[in-house]
Amino acid sequence: MNAFYTRWLGGKKGAIELAVLAVFILVVMPLWLDIFRLNLVGKYLTYAFAAVGLVMVWGYGGILSLGQGVFFGIGGYCMAMFLKLEASDPVSTVHQTTPGIPDFMDWNQITHLPLLWEPFHSLTFSLIAVILVPVLLAYIISTAMFKRRVGGVYFSIITQAICAILTILVVGQQGLTGGINGITDLKTIHGWNINTDSAKYILYFVNGALLLCVIMLCRFILSSKFGRLLLAMRDKEDRVRFSGYDVANFKIFTFSVGAAISAIGGAMFTLQVGFMSPSLIGIVPSIEMVIYAAIGGRMSLIGAVYGTLLVNYGRSAFSESFPSLWLFLMGSLFIGVVMFFPNGLAGLYDVYLKKWVEMLAMKVKKIVVPGKLNSVKTEL
Amino acid sequence: MGGYSISDLWSILVMQGFSGLSLFSVLLLMALGLAIIFGQMGVINMAHGEFMTIGAYTIYMFSKVTEQYFPGLMPYYFVFAIFAAFGIAFAVGYLVEFLLIRHLYKRPLDTLLATWGLSLIMQQIFRTVFGAREVSATLPDWLMGSWKPTPDIDIPLNGLFVMAISIVVTAVVVLFLYRSTWGLKVRATTQNRVMAGSVGINTRKIDRVTFAVGCGIAGIAGATFTTIASTGPTSGSLYIVDTFLVVVFGGAGSVIGTVASAFSIAQAQSILTFFLTNAMGKVVTLMTIIIILMIRPEGLFRSKVRK
Repeated sequence: MNAFYTRWLGGKKGAIELAVLAVFILVVMPLWLDIFRLNLVGKYLTYAFAAVGLVMVWGYGGILSLGQGVFFGIGGYCMAMFLKLEASDPVSTVHQTTPGIPDFMDWNQITHLPLLWEPFHSLTFSLIAVILVPVLLAYIISTAMFKRRVGGVYFSIITQAICAILTILVVGQQGLTGGINGITDLKTIHGWNINTDSAKYILYFVNGALLLCVIMLCRFILSSKFGRLLLAMRDKEDRVRFSGYDVANFKIFTFSVGAAISAIGGAMFTLQVGFMSPSLIGIVPSIEMVIYAAIGGRMSLIGAVYGTLLVNYGRSAFSESFPSLWLFLMGSLFIGVVMFFPNGLAGLYDVYLKKWVEMLAMKVKKIVVPGKLNSVKTEL
Repeated sequence: MGGYSISDLWSILVMQGFSGLSLFSVLLLMALGLAIIFGQMGVINMAHGEFMTIGAYTIYMFSKVTEQYFPGLMPYYFVFAIFAAFGIAFAVGYLVEFLLIRHLYKRPLDTLLATWGLSLIMQQIFRTVFGAREVSATLPDWLMGSWKPTPDIDIPLNGLFVMAISIVVTAVVVLFLYRSTWGLKVRATTQNRVMAGSVGINTRKIDRVTFAVGCGIAGIAGATFTTIASTGPTSGSLYIVDTFLVVVFGGAGSVIGTVASAFSIAQAQSILTFFLTNAMGKVVTLMTIIIILMIRPEGLFRSKVRK
């Protein structure tokens, strides 16, 4: 129990932060917002998965991946392929030239289901693929790069190129992927309609709970010896290598974990929003995921969630009233956070808010446990 | 590739090869600027494409003003406009270095984010000033038309012009980098900033001018870009990934490498595009580059291991 407390929850401070986030996501939001807005928040929270993954990969591992959208997208597409196959059973697609295949394939004169799609009839396979395919891709990319000691800037550029390739590929192979429109009209998962309000509520809570679990998992990983090695590698890679560690393997592991986390977000995106399209894979969304993590604080798993919510809230608020202003603001956010607040919201919290919060906590303690008053005083 | 006779194939090869050369020229000019900024200084300038767009819009403005007020000068404006494109991009680059880049030399990954933000802002400025629709400059008559060495082969003149410019600019850059005092100082500064400073080189000034020159060359790239395509607020950003790949593939810091890789990438893309679809041609090219980079991470022309 004690190990669980210190390692998964991150001690007292971490547990409180996590509890605050949990209350915020699972209690405050659902009570405060109607289902439409809540669904929107749910969508933003799926981006937060990618941001949390980036905190691991970038903040702690020092690997700036500009390809997080790739993994997010693959996770989402794996989920969407299953849902699409279920939505295009022979009965509901009877008016097509070839019933029983997804509608966009029919539009592209494809007459039988491509081999790639076959296994996605099975939910178990699809759920495994959601994690496994991105991890495999991440493993291949990172092994090829890190084993040859390519890192830093070069890695970032290559991940960005992979983003570009995948987007072009998905858009270009219209018959296989639905092209620029993506995979739309998703209806049920094992007969359970995902478009009803109650389903949206349930999916929102599943999503929130998963996010909290992922954060706890990251905490657990980072609190181990591995976490310390990761930090050491980020700051002085050569020294870790000279100490006899295989640096590449650690980096590959981190990158793959980050990919898996993003992929979960992608799958949850498909379930909650009801479609998946290449607009979520490309260079722009991928780099925006980096800014979510940067705004939240690149070293703060919890901050990444707040950062994601804040930026996306800003986007929806601004792009409704001043669409042209939003890009200026987004650009300034990038520049400002890099120049003036490299530690993001978490850094601001540490510098300005923390002492007030701690004082408040102390006062609360005094009121709640008056017996301990003397001991607090002597400590002070 | 059935259905093509040998002579057809030859004509296709020449014409696609030539359209590849136009792409090569733009890519080369973009990559030259970036090779200086990224290869020499280590700054990842994601706004490089927007400096190209600055150059393109400069040409557009020049053509509109000339058309309106000095129609007699139409045949000559382009030459002046190219210098103006360089000058304006240079000036903006100078300012950007002063305000932004110089604070971030020690954090290369952060320059990436900051300049990405800059590119968003610049794109929105273009959109506000010039509108979201693509515009094209009125080109002088001598740039129109084509040259027909054989009945099957049709080579556009603007392509030839673009190529000539890129060759001249490349030559000038090489000359300046390797044969002038300024080039010596640039290379000294980029190799070891502290040592260069201690022997009396004003490294801050060198950094600023180098960055600005890189941006200025991107401006020229934009000027040539207007002769083969129309300009929109996001035109430059379409080239940024390709440009970075050109620089990385060529081996950062090597001008010959940049030329060679720009050539091979542009040619591969252009010829593959003809036989496959547009999208697949690009995918195959990019994939090949990445695979080659995985086998040979130091790029074409460099033997040192990267950090």
